[in-house]
Amino acid sequence: MMRANGLYKTFNPGTPIENPALRGASLDIPQGQFVTVIGSNGAGKSTFLNAISGDLIVDQGSIEIAGRDVTRLNASQRAGLVARVFQDPMAGTCEALSIEENLAIAWQRGESRGLKGALNASLRSLFRDKLATLKLGLENRLSDRMGLLSGGQRQAVSLLMASLRPSQILLLDEHTAALDPKTAAFVLELTDQIVRENQLTAMMVTHSMRQALDHGDRTVMLHQGRVVLDVSGEERARMDVPDLLAMFERTRGEAIADDALLLG
Amino acid sequence: MSLIALLGATEIGLIFALVALGVLISFRILNFPDLTADGSFPLGGAVAATLIAGGHDPWLATLAGTAAGAVAGLITAWLNVRLNILQLLASILVMIALYSVNLRIMGAPNMPLIGADTVFSPFIARAPDSQYLIQPLVLAVIVVIAKLALDAFFASQSGLAMRATGANARMARAQGVATDRMVLLGMAISNALIALAGALYVQTQGGADISMGIGTIVVGLAAVIIGETLIPGRTIMVATLAAVLGALVYRLFIALALNADFIGLQAQDLNLITALLVGFALVLPSLKRKFAAKRSAATKGSTAHDAR
Repeated sequence: MMRANGLYKTFNPGTPIENPALRGASLDIPQGQFVTVIGSNGAGKSTFLNAISGDLIVDQGSIEIAGRDVTRLNASQRAGLVARVFQDPMAGTCEALSIEENLAIAWQRGESRGLKGALNASLRSLFRDKLATLKLGLENRLSDRMGLLSGGQRQAVSLLMASLRPSQILLLDEHTAALDPKTAAFVLELTDQIVRENQLTAMMVTHSMRQALDHGDRTVMLHQGRVVLDVSGEERARMDVPDLLAMFERTRGEAIADDALLLG
Repeated sequence: MSLIALLGATEIGLIFALVALGVLISFRILNFPDLTADGSFPLGGAVAATLIAGGHDPWLATLAGTAAGAVAGLITAWLNVRLNILQLLASILVMIALYSVNLRIMGAPNMPLIGADTVFSPFIARAPDSQYLIQPLVLAVIVVIAKLALDAFFASQSGLAMRATGANARMARAQGVATDRMVLLGMAISNALIALAGALYVQTQGGADISMGIGTIVVGLAAVIIGETLIPGRTIMVATLAAVLGALVYRLFIALALNADFIGLQAQDLNLITALLVGFALVLPSLKRKFAAKRSAATKGSTAHDAR
């Protein structure tokens, strides 16, 4: 369960490049819901996600996760509640560390870390079983460096890392944007599977209206730092990309200039 | 080169193995270019020498010197993570400040320890004729303990979190690692090791000197780079071993160069040789790659020829 209430964030306030990225963005995500978030460039999607993960602290408004007020907590303090997959396959994993070491770090997400050995036989066999579910043959490459994996493989492992420990919300930040279409489809399918199996509450930011409608239970659109559109249930099930576009234009009374949104 | 000279080089090599381990933590694991070493090495020496000269237990003095180094590392890290001063600049500030601090601690530019009890004294007392052998032995034991302790630490939950902090801080934070705290801890350990080296150094050299720290960081880096070139490998156990071996090989090379009369090198040429050696070690990996590429191209050419 996540509740964001009237979030405001302005970058470079009081300068000529002042940028009000969030202007009263609010969103309630009930337990177990999978929300997709769309919006054009500069709509505030990434800022919104970073505000929830704690990568940046909002100027105004409040964020509650699982009933806990986390507005003032930083990313590492929220890690016990928030799991995350980054857009850049390089960002979510440590390429200099081995696959099993990366998983061991994720295994301790949000827990205190002591002087106990980070890896042991039972953890390795657990990791092997989890990796086998990806069907990428990685279960036999536990001690390989993460840097040896392809972008798609790394995103798959990132997803696995995000689901190793229970979380109150899983944040997916355009996590297929850097992949080729085939790999992106595989990672998206894997996302659906992991969210379903673990009954996760999730929020996926995406650039593609197609993806936004095909995945998850609910779609919201951000524009100029606020949620301008929120569809779910039967209304959403009947929708196609042109409907979504038309609805957006009606709401805002203006045409979308960003081609990127129309593609995909 | 005589046996005594060889053992002497080994002795200094072992001391700089501790410096190399410290530099490995800051430069390689935390990705924190840290020049504090030039101040924390003499700091460890100054604290230890002053306490020993004051009649304190040499082990206690060594421990105090090590702790002083940890504090120096903490200050550098604090300047960076809390006050957002650039890493390199933060370390230079602390290094410069330590010059004054070290002078204050010793009360003079140098502090002789001739005849004073050192950590080596009890061992030497048992076999008075073999000081040249016992000092390297004791140092070897300390270095092995330090290496194994670091290996164990970096395989632990905290140690892994520290490695993630240096490799990908954003990912580490997303996994709940308090990265600032990891930088503080890592820099403290790094400079504690370097100060320990300084504390042992003054006890083998018969005294502390204010200028003993000059170039410490370059020697430490040289050792790490030479080690990586000799035994490349990604695991921590290999990296720590490489740093220790790198320090030993470096000192042996220096001793050989200075001992070979026909080259005509003297002690004052030490820093020049160091710079040349580090420069050579830095370009060696790319030279190796070039050579390998050439060779593989040559083999391909010849097989194509054979096939015809």
